[in-house]
Formats: sequence, C-alpha cells, structure tokens
Amino acid sequence: MADVALRNVVKRFDEVEAVRNISLNIPDNEFVVLVGPSGCGKSTTLRMIAGLEEVTEGEILIGGDVVNDVPPKDRDIAMVFQNYALYPHMTVFENMSFGLRLRRTPKAEIRARVEQAAKILDITDLLDRRPKQLSGGQRQRVAMGRAIVRNPKVFLFDEPLSNLDAKLRVQMRTEIKRVHQKVKTTTVYVTHDQVEAMTLADRVVVMNGGRIEQIGRPHELYHRPKTRFVAGFIGSPAMNFLPARLQPNGEALLLRIAPELAFPIPVAHAARYRASVGKDLVFGLRPEHITEPRGEQRDPRCEFSRTVDVIEPMGMETMVFFTVNGTEVCARVEPSAAVAPGQPMRLYANLNHMHLIDPATELVL
Amino acid sequence: MTAATAEYARASGASLKRSRRWALFTSYFFLVLFAIFFLIPPYYMIVTSLKSDAEVAHLASNPWIIANGLTLEQYRLLFRETDFLIYFKNTVIVTLCVVAITMVVSVLAAFSLSRMRFWGSGILATGIFLTYLIPDTLLFIPLFQIVRGLGLLNSYWSMVLVYPTLTVPFCTWIMIGYFQSIPKELDEAALIDGAGHMQMLLKIFIPVALPGIIAATIFAFTVSWAAFVYPIAFLFSADQQVLTVGTVTSLIKADVYKWGMLMAGALVAAAPPLIVYAFLMDYYIAGLTAGATKG
Repeated sequence: MADVALRNVVKRFDEVEAVRNISLNIPDNEFVVLVGPSGCGKSTTLRMIAGLEEVTEGEILIGGDVVNDVPPKDRDIAMVFQNYALYPHMTVFENMSFGLRLRRTPKAEIRARVEQAAKILDITDLLDRRPKQLSGGQRQRVAMGRAIVRNPKVFLFDEPLSNLDAKLRVQMRTEIKRVHQKVKTTTVYVTHDQVEAMTLADRVVVMNGGRIEQIGRPHELYHRPKTRFVAGFIGSPAMNFLPARLQPNGEALLLRIAPELAFPIPVAHAARYRASVGKDLVFGLRPEHITEPRGEQRDPRCEFSRTVDVIEPMGMETMVFFTVNGTEVCARVEPSAAVAPGQPMRLYANLNHMHLIDPATELVL
Repeated sequence: MTAATAEYARASGASLKRSRRWALFTSYFFLVLFAIFFLIPPYYMIVTSLKSDAEVAHLASNPWIIANGLTLEQYRLLFRETDFLIYFKNTVIVTLCVVAITMVVSVLAAFSLSRMRFWGSGILATGIFLTYLIPDTLLFIPLFQIVRGLGLLNSYWSMVLVYPTLTVPFCTWIMIGYFQSIPKELDEAALIDGAGHMQMLLKIFIPVALPGIIAATIFAFTVSWAAFVYPIAFLFSADQQVLTVGTVTSLIKADVYKWGMLMAGALVAAAPPLIVYAFLMDYYIAGLTAGATKG
C-alpha cells in the first residue's frame, strides 16, 4: 500500500513530447483512471510509473520515495497488460507464481497466495491449464491474478479490457471493481473508454495532447467540465456544441443560437455569463438535456420545433438527431415520444444544465 | 430456395468436389514423384554398400539389385581397415563443440540485438547477416593465414574455431527473427515480476523461442557435419581428419574407387543428421507462442 505522486513529469521521445509537465497526487488505496484519446500520453505516463519508460524530466514518487532510477522489479508494482502478456509455456499456476518464485518466496506461501488469488478471481479450476487453453476473459483473470499474488504497493492496468468483447468487458469491469474493493491497493488504470473511466474510478484524470485537462470525481467531470475537451469527451453520446452569442434582454440574458432560435439564460447562470455578452461563444448541452417537453417546472420559452433526421431506438430511450444551423444535434427522448424521420418534433432544452465555452481559450465559462 | 438456385448450389457443390479431388490427385502425384526422385540416391547407396566388391565391379550385373547375396563385408572393412572411426570421432567432437559455441553466442547476440537498444545495434544486426553472405571458398585463404598464425593448422580444433564464422551469423539472424516475434509485453511483464535480463532470457525467451532455437541448432549441426572446403584446406593427416574429407581421401586412391566402402561410409556418415532431425522434429512445435497474448 502506498501513495503515488508525479511532479512536473515530462517525457520526450527524440523530438516528440509525449507527456508535457504533468503533476498528480494519488493517495493510498485510491483508484485513479487516466483517460483520453489515443496518443494523449496516458499509457506513457503509466509506463513511467511502472519503470518501463525513463522519465525525461520531473519526479515520480511511490510511497514517498523518488523512483526515477529504480528498476521496475524494485518498485513493488504489478501491471496488467492489454494483451495479457501471459507466459505461454507456463501453466496458470506457474504464471501467477513466477514473480514470487523469482523472489524466492517459500513454496508453501506461494501455494497459499496463488490459491487465495485464484479464489478471489474464481479461476481455481484453471491453475493447471496453459494460456492457450483459456478464453479471453479467463486470460484476463489470470493476468489480474498474477498481479494480485504479488501483493504490490501499486496496481497498474494498461487498457486491460480493450481486447474483450462488449459483454465480457462489462463483466470484467465489475470484477475489477470488486477486486479493488477487496484488496484495496492503490490503482492506476489507463483506458480510452470514458464509460470505463466513469464506472471504475474514484478519481478520473482526463488527458489530451500530453497534458492533464482535468482531474476530478466522475460526477464532477460530468457536471462541471472545465474545458471543451472534457465536456466533449466525457459522456456518451457526446455533448452537443453549437456556436452562439449572448444578447442582453433587459435584466436577463438571451442565448442566440440561430436567427430564429434563442433561449433565455436561467437566472442562476446569468451573473456568471454577463461579462461575455456580445462575444462569439460555444453553447454546450448534453443530449439528455434536450428532450420532449416534460416536467412541470419547464420554461415554455425553451421549447422549439425541428425536423427529425434520424432516430436511434435504444430500448429504454431513443436518440433523435436533427440539425440546427447546419450542425447536427442529438436529443434523448422517451421511446413513446419519438416521431418518424422527416417529421417535425417538439423539443425542450433544459438550460439549467448548459455550458458556455470561450472558443479562444477552450475553457468552460 | 427456388428450384433454380437449388440446382445451381448442387452444381457448384459438385464442381467444388471435383476440383478438390483434382487438387488432391495432382498433389499426390507430384509428392510421390519427388519422393521417388529423392529416394533413388540413398537406395542406390544402400544396395551398393551391401554388395561384394566382385559384384560391384562386374559390369554386366544390374546395379539396382543385389544378385549375389547380401554381405556386410563393406562395413566390416570400413570399420576395421580404414580410419573411418577416427574421422567419425573427430567429426562428433567438432560438431558438438561448434553447435555449443554457436548456440551460446548466437542466442546471446540475438537477445541483445533484438531487445536491447544500444548505439549501432541496427547496423550490427545487418552486418552480422552480411558476413554470412561471403562464401567460404573466398574466406578459406585469409582464414588459412589466421589458423596457421594460431598454430592450429592440421588440427581439428581449427574447425571448432572456423565453423562458427559460418554458423553464428546465420543462427543469430534466425534467432533475432524469433525473438522479435515474442511480444514486448512479455519481457515487460517479466521485468515487473522481478526478472533480470539473464533470467528473462533463460526462463522466458529460450522456452518460448524453442522452435527457433531448434531450427538454428539443426542448421549449425548440418553445417559443421557436412563442411568440406575448410577441412580439405586445413587438415592433412588422417588422425585429425573429419568424415566428409576423410572418407573420400582414404577410399579413393588415384583412379581406384572403393565404391562399396564409399557408399557404406556415406550412409553411416548420414545417419547422425537423420537421427538428429527425426528426434528434434518432434520437439519442433511451432506456434508455442499461441496464447501469450490475444490470438
């Protein structure tokens, strides 16, 4: 058990700067997920914590000690790889016990620890098999088992579920969460899947272009994104973005989206946005906040009509796509409310959940 | 399904069956043809080695069959009257040493060239392969000078020194390919599990790349067992000679060919490679890496 800290960490591959001055504190027992698109530096960051990549600048601390020059084997970490990286010539038992055997752990203890880990992961029946005799999900469990038996200070996961099919991925996600609740080891988990990040993490670190965009609890990132990138990356389907302008409307403010479409800014937000009147802005609203007109408290001025382009029924809800000023917008409506493509539909924008972004800085106002 | 589509399916199924039968027939035809073609020389050798000198010399007799009775005389003479067993012993010593040296050097070289990034590693890897491309008929003259300088002329230990110049580059090249096919995550997992470079090599790379190592071993074995140019250039006396050259030089005196013994000698000389191939092929389990990563 240990905390992990990154201080002004930079990683350069020749001329390319993969990680640009990131700092991060991960307290003991926390489950942190690094999430971002391909090439955002999340895997490189994880590999630097593991000791598989050298740190160009800055410091990495595990349990309070700087580990920049400590080889991976002496960092007391365990890592689960995307493609499992099981030793093909060893049985599951041998795979899981390899690290312990290298450290000359007594045989009885090895057996006890492997059996305990196997029990946690429900792979006791598989201990004598070889990796090629296992399914993808079983291999993934073995890879996790190999990490657990070592009882390390820190668990590192590098996109461990990316190779599994959709159903198994959801299952294993729950499994990983359950294991963390049992073993409570500090965990750094890398994924490009924001759903995985939201469901697993105590805290999510959103990365983009080698930088940290925002660190926060899943709920916080979802409701209070700090940048346009985070607003667009977290949440599925993604947030709708539309060019907009604020206009004064007496004491209140009006958000002009199209010549024929404008919404009143809720009073709670008005003070915050007053300084941005007249500027070019980007209006962000999640699909779940564009619905069929529902709720008692709604402002009738936020209702509007649009011709539906495409509908995607999901069962418990239906996605409705239409355009505003040439930009595609997605709404999330009750299945009973959906209309056919080509038909006009009455919609309601719940501006209590709106975001305004300054396109120059990409920051959420 | 309409009647027309059913008919079409049946017809295309039938033609598929027919073309499959044709493919099988032609494959078997050529396989048998080539099997016969390649088995004729060994058959001829066996038959000749089991004949008496008189029958071999008799021009009117059929060379393909043994007419005057089977005899092991040629083998008895080969083992008793010639230095064949000395050649055999020398060849075994040379081959075992060469295979051992080759495997140690090329496995270590391939491991470092495929896994450790260091200055010039790429050029070195290509350079190693290029040395293999220089034929031994060109190399034996400068090597003669070197071997003489070392005082190893006319000693089979010079072969132990010289053969690896042929085997190490090629085996290293094969092993680099095999090691590079091992997923990088496997060494990273081993590193994190606490393995050093040597443990990684011994416990992960060698077992996983076993098919490649066996292929390289077979190559090194074949080269040192069958080399001809170097022994004929560097070894003169019978007590230092190896099989390839020894058998020929001691059994061909001017224009007198002792065909029976030559064939017997060639057959006995060919036996060890055959046994090694047959034995190692069983262990030549390709696809051992299956299951290491997502397949």
